[in-house]
Amino acid sequence: MTQKIKCALIGPGNIGTDLLYKLQRSPVLEPVWMVGIDPTSEGLKRAQDMGLKITADGVDGLLPHVKADNIQIAFDATSAYVHAENSRKLNELGVLMIDLTPAAIGPFCVPPVNLVQHVGQGEMNVNMVTCGGQATIPMVAAISRVQPVEYGEIVATISSKSAGPGTRKNIDEFTRTTSGAIEKVGGAKRGKAIIIINPAEPPLIMRDTVHCLVEGEPKQQEIIDSVHAMVAEVQKYVPGYRLVNGPVFDGNRVSVFLEVKGLGDFLPTYAGNLDIMTAAAARTAEMFAEEILKGTLTLQ
Amino acid sequence: MNLRGKKITVHDMTLRDGMHPKRHLMTLEQMKSIATGLDEAGVPLIEVTHGDGLGGSSVNYGFPAHSDEEYLSTVIPLMKQAKISALLLPGIGTVDHLKMAHELGVNTIRVATHCTEADVSEQHIKFARKLEMDTVGFLMMSHMASPEMLVSQARLMEGYGANCIYVTDSAGHMLPADVKLKLGTVRDALKPETELGFHGHHNLAMGVANSIAAVEVGATRIDAAAAGLGAGAGNTPMEVFVTVCAMMGIETGVDVAKIQDVAEDLVVPIMDHPIRVDRDSLTLGYAGVYSSFLLFAKRAEKKYGISAREILLELGRRGMVGGQEDMIEDTALTLARERGLI
Repeated sequence: MTQKIKCALIGPGNIGTDLLYKLQRSPVLEPVWMVGIDPTSEGLKRAQDMGLKITADGVDGLLPHVKADNIQIAFDATSAYVHAENSRKLNELGVLMIDLTPAAIGPFCVPPVNLVQHVGQGEMNVNMVTCGGQATIPMVAAISRVQPVEYGEIVATISSKSAGPGTRKNIDEFTRTTSGAIEKVGGAKRGKAIIIINPAEPPLIMRDTVHCLVEGEPKQQEIIDSVHAMVAEVQKYVPGYRLVNGPVFDGNRVSVFLEVKGLGDFLPTYAGNLDIMTAAAARTAEMFAEEILKGTLTLQ
Repeated sequence: MNLRGKKITVHDMTLRDGMHPKRHLMTLEQMKSIATGLDEAGVPLIEVTHGDGLGGSSVNYGFPAHSDEEYLSTVIPLMKQAKISALLLPGIGTVDHLKMAHELGVNTIRVATHCTEADVSEQHIKFARKLEMDTVGFLMMSHMASPEMLVSQARLMEGYGANCIYVTDSAGHMLPADVKLKLGTVRDALKPETELGFHGHHNLAMGVANSIAAVEVGATRIDAAAAGLGAGAGNTPMEVFVTVCAMMGIETGVDVAKIQDVAEDLVVPIMDHPIRVDRDSLTLGYAGVYSSFLLFAKRAEKKYGISAREILLELGRRGMVGGQEDMIEDTALTLARERGLI
């Protein structure tokens, strides 16, 4: 039997639960703990029914078991406000943190763009940006690897039903974190992010539009090829990632129109915004797990 | 209904909603002359921002001729009596923009959300209240929500600290009876000290009638734009509304002749196209589509050969909301491909 790296999930909400479904299918990761703060939470009960150990005492309830259960990777799906503390406590015990909040303490990770760059860096915390960032930054990068992008802008539209209370309460975090990552990971000189919440029924599938202003005449064929290649990369872990229209060229503007349909693990398929986050987090953790199993990465 | 002696605040939109038909390219000189004219005419509150609010500068909505900072810092020092407001759409602008506007002397901040998504305004409304700004919660596309839904959303904004709530007819789709029902229901649910406002679009030529209906059920702030300069078929024309108010004895404090002159002498000459109910802006009203989609749909018609009317109807069918300007080109592309045009 292949050895697996043991994981803890913090936050038994929609994201944490969907992530749990994905981790259970992983060849290299084994979800062992689910951490919550409300003993009556449905998410904790569900995790317990799925065979996980649970605690309702937050990360403090997990800490005494980290060594004994050999937890090496933890996922934080709580909020930017508590993430710093969670990360500090678990890092001290040598646990690598995958941050699904917009806290962004650690470097941004968008798997098809920069996951491999994180190998061998000894990072103990990586941040998954935002749902809109995961959906769009691969396209910004696909264009900026062809020619310089002076300005990259993304518009993410998510269904009202898939916008959780955390996103709603701190919508500015989304705009700031995403625009920062458009620059740092996407390679645009300046980044801007816009998010729209649409209440239509039945809920609309996540839509994302990427507008880039490139320096000089767009190299059309190269950009088209690069965009298609990048779509295929994302589809490896989000099969419902689809180019709806574009790339459209208009002067030095290049626009790409995307749809992100989720796998429907725990969340409905329209919530592609949540699916792409959990899928990206799982893929990121798998890469680190493979490194640990190969002996090329030792956490301390 | 006798409204004689009723005092209301008219809020000018020429330099904000009017940015839409100007493709956000108003010059500082145009801003100065119109703002000064409005101030002299007695308009007490004037909005100055990118058409899509603070931080609206983008590929998606259009890059303005000048930044919000430049427009605001040009206009504010010129005002003798008028106060200046700024619009902010969470998801587009942030608290950082709000801080900037406050530092430049903006008096009123209007935090706008889709009419069912008021909870995204919490951090902005709370912050504006902390700064002791006149803080308005602005529920867009109100034709899409029931009176009960509007009440729940208005109460959320009131709870965060908004001292005025707007029921906004962004699509110019509402008729006077809807206005009375929705605003009347919201009025009854709010604290007596919370003000109620109405923002209309003239797509069905109901701007003035709807605004009077709003006043009848207790609205005390009414948005209007000189010569109607605004998205779609424009906003409620300020000079017409003020004249009607004067005839009905509603007190706006605005000089009838002076506001007519601002509209005629300063605003009409800067229009890039006549602001009127044409087949496309009429379609906005008919199908309940966000008014600022108009020019984008007309551009897509030229580029992809699908009529603006068809594009707008499709956007209405798909339940698009304010801010989804990206879906106009997307829809035109999809329709054009289905028909073998591209």
